[in-house]
Amino acid sequence: MNINDNKKIPRRSFFKKIWVLLGLIAGAETLYLIFDFLSPRHRKGTKGNVIFIDAGDVDTFKNGSVTSFRKNSFYLVRLKNSGFIALSIKCTHLGCAIIWDEDKGEFICPCHSSRFDVRGKVHQPPATRPLDTHPVVIEGNRVKINTGRTIKRSGIDKAPVVFA
Amino acid sequence: MDKVQEKTSRKKILNNLILHLHPKVIPESTLRFTLTFGLGGMTALLIVLQALTGLLLRFVYVPTPAGAYNSVLHIKNELVIGSFVRNIHYWSGSLLIVIVFLHMLRVFFTSAFHERRKSNWVFGVILLILVLLSNFTGYLLPWDQLAYWAITVVSNMLNYIPVIGESINSLVLQGTEVGAPTLILFYNLHTGLVPLALIILMAFHFWKVRKAGGVIIPGGGERKGQKTVSVMPHLLAREFVVALVLLAVVFLLAVILEAPLQERANPLSSPNPAKAPWYFQGFQELILHFHPTIAVVLVPVTALVLMFSLPYLKYGETITGIWFISKTGKKLSLISLFVAITTTPAYIVFDEYVIRTTNSESLFGNGIITFVVLSLLIIGFAYLLRRKFNVSRAEIVQTLFIYLVSSFIVLTITGIFFRGEGMALTIP
Repeated sequence: MNINDNKKIPRRSFFKKIWVLLGLIAGAETLYLIFDFLSPRHRKGTKGNVIFIDAGDVDTFKNGSVTSFRKNSFYLVRLKNSGFIALSIKCTHLGCAIIWDEDKGEFICPCHSSRFDVRGKVHQPPATRPLDTHPVVIEGNRVKINTGRTIKRSGIDKAPVVFA
Repeated sequence: MDKVQEKTSRKKILNNLILHLHPKVIPESTLRFTLTFGLGGMTALLIVLQALTGLLLRFVYVPTPAGAYNSVLHIKNELVIGSFVRNIHYWSGSLLIVIVFLHMLRVFFTSAFHERRKSNWVFGVILLILVLLSNFTGYLLPWDQLAYWAITVVSNMLNYIPVIGESINSLVLQGTEVGAPTLILFYNLHTGLVPLALIILMAFHFWKVRKAGGVIIPGGGERKGQKTVSVMPHLLAREFVVALVLLAVVFLLAVILEAPLQERANPLSSPNPAKAPWYFQGFQELILHFHPTIAVVLVPVTALVLMFSLPYLKYGETITGIWFISKTGKKLSLISLFVAITTTPAYIVFDEYVIRTTNSESLFGNGIITFVVLSLLIIGFAYLLRRKFNVSRAEIVQTLFIYLVSSFIVLTITGIFFRGEGMALTIP
């Protein structure tokens, strides 16, 4: 019996395995490349972005007032204790644009009637999370809001209230 | 070439074309209209219609936030039959979902998904998903308020998927909100990838039907020993009639009912209410009753797993080609339908006015408990049927299937017609 006879089959199946492996690698690479095309364009840097909006003089905002900056997608709230908080306009339920209801003193989502108080706490479901906030910075006498950063909260205690 | 020869060669070409789709002869019994209702063929025709009207619309449509709405207005108001073509595209798109769904029900209720047809059921489910995807990606393109907020609402549903939800959401939106990158993605999927996948899989779907020996034989008969007739003209004439009637219905719809077009999309002003596209309103309705994670993850994933595994469950001996399997099957189906269309609205109303007002904080607990209780009730019901009434497995699966499907239809109808301002229950 020839020694080579025994080796033939393992060698062939070995090469077969190599081919399968190469195929898998090529497949994974192709998938990666396709997803690279599909990945969101602005992913890098979004979270750490700094886009400061100058809202105005500290004194122009009375205690217990809500000022709309709809164009910049947030509401600037000055609480009764004179603290500032910037609430995102985006409802945490399904992303609709909330509206400030002056009479009821609540934020109302027109899409599915979620309600939030001035600190963004849920008053009425279906929303389950309080409104997102943007960092507020007081520079000198100016109130500035960093809309480049959005803070997600799970509880209301962490409300990032800033005092002048 | 003389005239007779010319005629026969033309006939040969036609024959060749048709015989790629159909065999030369088929069992006479499968000609019966109430066996298939021609639903599969209707689906194919509607997809061809979508391709043709879509090709036309594509010449004018501009896939950018600045140009999209204006180009749709141009199609609607300036072109001679622009509005007609757009309406056909809109209505046959919606009709496609309905017909594909009915086709699936037909295949299920005539037990045409066993043995050699197993894998083709799975391909059918994938095709159903593709049809939904095709509709969904097309929904954004008019770039009006309806489109903008529907896509916003649905993509935000994805955020409730644990861990990977936000990445999926940003992949779908190509950013953090609906914008130019979203539109480009949806446009490319709608006019490129999805139709391509649809056509390839459809061809495969047809081929699998032929490999299984054509449509199911009524009464569970064997293919051998069936009386056969030639496809030309027996089947062809029937298909032609169905096609013409369907075309007439679509054209009529397109003439009478204008496809909706609201004001230009405004990211700063949400309409009240903002609804998902109609075919996703069952899920939207679920979100109002269960915690979002249950509604957009647990229920759809369970549904998909069940759908895909349906042909591979253990059935024992299977009876094919008989509507609702048997007399018992028919009776149980009716009971199941009745239970579904009475309990589901009752639960919706109960939840709207009783549970929701008293239990607003612990939504998660509420949702999970309700879900588990409902699931246990359904499983218990199945167990009871099996043990007490000695019903076959296939009949039990059918009964539960009807219950779940009818409940979902009730939810969808509620979402479409009975939800008004602030998503409160209203009468249309």
